[in-house]
Amino acid sequence: MSHPEHAHADHGHAAHGDHHHEMSFSEKYLFPTDHKYIAKQYMLTGMIMAVAAGFFAYAFRMQLAFPGMSVPFFGVVSPTEYNSLVTQHGSIMVFWVAMPVLIAAFGNFLIPLMIGADDMVFPRLNRLSYQLFLLSAILVVVGWFVPGGGFGGAWTSYPPLSAKAEYSLTPAGSSIWLAAVAVEFAAFLLGGINFVVTAMNARAPGMKWHDVPIVVWFICIASILFMASVGPLIAGAIMLLFDQQLGTHFFDPVAGGDPILWQHLFWFFGHPEVYVVLLPAIGICAEIIPVFARKKLFGYRAILYTGIATGVLSFFVWAHHQFVAGIDPRMANVFTITTVLISIPIAEMVFLYIATLYGGSIKFSVPMLWALSFIFCFLIGGVTGIFLGASGADIYLHDTYFVVAHFHYTFYPIAIIGTFAGVTHWFPKLFGRYMDEKLGQIHFWGTVLSFNLIFIPLFFTGLAGDHRRIYNYNNFAELGTPDLQWLRILATVALVIMLIFQVLFVYNFINSIFKGKLAPTNPWKATTLEWTTPSAQPGHGNWTPETMPSVYRGPYEYSAPGRDDDFHPQNVP
Amino acid sequence: MTDAPPERDFRLVHPAPRARRPVVPSEVIAMLVFVFTEVMFFGGLVSAHTITRSNWPMWPPPGQPRLPIEATAVNTAVLLASAGLLWLAGRRHVEGRARAPLLGAMAAGGFFVVAQGYEWVGLVREGLTMQSSTHGAFFYLIVGTHALHVLAGLGVLVALRARLAAGRLSVDEFTAGRIFWYFVVVLWPVLYWRVYL
Repeated sequence: MSHPEHAHADHGHAAHGDHHHEMSFSEKYLFPTDHKYIAKQYMLTGMIMAVAAGFFAYAFRMQLAFPGMSVPFFGVVSPTEYNSLVTQHGSIMVFWVAMPVLIAAFGNFLIPLMIGADDMVFPRLNRLSYQLFLLSAILVVVGWFVPGGGFGGAWTSYPPLSAKAEYSLTPAGSSIWLAAVAVEFAAFLLGGINFVVTAMNARAPGMKWHDVPIVVWFICIASILFMASVGPLIAGAIMLLFDQQLGTHFFDPVAGGDPILWQHLFWFFGHPEVYVVLLPAIGICAEIIPVFARKKLFGYRAILYTGIATGVLSFFVWAHHQFVAGIDPRMANVFTITTVLISIPIAEMVFLYIATLYGGSIKFSVPMLWALSFIFCFLIGGVTGIFLGASGADIYLHDTYFVVAHFHYTFYPIAIIGTFAGVTHWFPKLFGRYMDEKLGQIHFWGTVLSFNLIFIPLFFTGLAGDHRRIYNYNNFAELGTPDLQWLRILATVALVIMLIFQVLFVYNFINSIFKGKLAPTNPWKATTLEWTTPSAQPGHGNWTPETMPSVYRGPYEYSAPGRDDDFHPQNVP
Repeated sequence: MTDAPPERDFRLVHPAPRARRPVVPSEVIAMLVFVFTEVMFFGGLVSAHTITRSNWPMWPPPGQPRLPIEATAVNTAVLLASAGLLWLAGRRHVEGRARAPLLGAMAAGGFFVVAQGYEWVGLVREGLTMQSSTHGAFFYLIVGTHALHVLAGLGVLVALRARLAAGRLSVDEFTAGRIFWYFVVVLWPVLYWRVYL
């Protein structure tokens, strides 16, 4: 238990001389309490899991494009393996890539640095959070290798498919998967508490609520959304685990249970979850766009309040996932209205970002390209969502590839584009060196163009009636036509191209850590506090007692009138 | 716009920035956020129970044993008394006389769990199990989850007691620990109303 003074005693703590003390290997890499190292651990774990999830996508897309073919590096995909691959791809991308990288890694790295604190308020709780997360990642990987294979009941794990081993065919895998998800939630619960308390109590002297950078706000709002929504899902997960292992009948209609109940418990969490990962990503864009447009963020307060409004609204949309599950049509109307309403704050945010760009001196650096492509791609995801949110259209489109293409147009910008934007922007602060700009540009265009080539065809196969959960379309006369198969092959080829382009990123990332050009303290001439610390940060703690910042203004003072340079850092009087 | 003199930011002539002083102590916020998550968790359990219950024409389902309403009402009073004792301990903490009421709160909490366990043994004998019906399953799930929280709360009280004896218990830590116990206690009448009545 941390002592109450810990949070705001950075000065005193540092004065005792252990500010920049040399840390041992285990202190630094195995059991760190320093927020920067924990952030890197989260980021690295998330990236490794992303490689696995990308490989799974490759395997099942190859099966869909060339059914029955022996997939290179994998072999023939059996129907059970296919289910398992799709399930693991989805759950890993959401729970073990988007969550740890966007919330945990960027939250841990940015919150203390941006608010001028030396560490989180509860550093040891933070370490425990990562250790629990690592345990959950190990658990989910173990689940792939148990008899019967990894869980194959889709990441939404609807009962009765997920509840009974004779349906899911994965007696051990499904319980291990549930346990892994539960442990992971405990990890993010601890992390989220830490974020909120740190942002409230450890801000630099003079930093008022409206001087806090948007990304810090949004990660905290996302943490609150997560903590408010995860309870009912944990309740449902325990009930499902009991159905699997103890023979209870919570979701078994034959014995008085209710299978739709799970869908409500799951989506009460599942839909806010979309905004849990969206808010950090859109917050990262809010940091990058003013820097590379050299212009003050347009409408700081409007963006902040729309973020809060999005969070509140996100709790009232979940039943749009049950339009065909037999809910009352009058109820469906209510949820159609709330679902369409939530596009208003998001659209407002997009307009405010475009207004920030207007009249700015825009520099198309790699982080800026990622941030702008985030807005472009997410917009497509949002617009196609309107068709699915309207209960009438959804009855036709439900569970087709239109849905798959839609949510990939939201999740891909969030989990992949948002991460690349953040990593390329803060790379000089993370590792003290620049990333290679040329390789970054090639990687950007290769990734974004091939991403669009994957999912635009899938909108059309979905409209033609491709159901999501089909192993081999050649078994269906009206779907196995050459026109549709050609689109599926196009999507698969684009996926392979996109995955190959990621090799470039991995090379650039690792090479730049060791051999990149050395970066100064503030390479982008940005105003926020993280750019006042030395770029290759030594040891535990971010500032010396003398350089500890005080805050005099808001975070986005670019093109500030009456100054020699065009920006006015938060800590400069 | 170009001719206008740059607007003078009044903060340019700044007073010394305020020192970092938290409005609410970190331990207390952390505990409040955690309790909020717990409230949502129990909200999920109770609403699942309410929905399942509404699917049945009568509840408890026919052939299932009745729950001991009166004995549990007494037990509820014991648990509420323990919260009162803990409140007293909080008030007396500054004067250094928190020891006796804290022990009393622990004793009352311990009595509650033991009485619950005794009740469970009887119900299992009467044939109410997790597999016998969704009624039994929800009963053991919700009441059992609460019992685990009472045990965790007793663990918190034991830790508080140890720190108090060592003279290292800060006011904020004591407040955070008490908030958890108050949550566990105040939750129970709600569960009693939804599950037993």
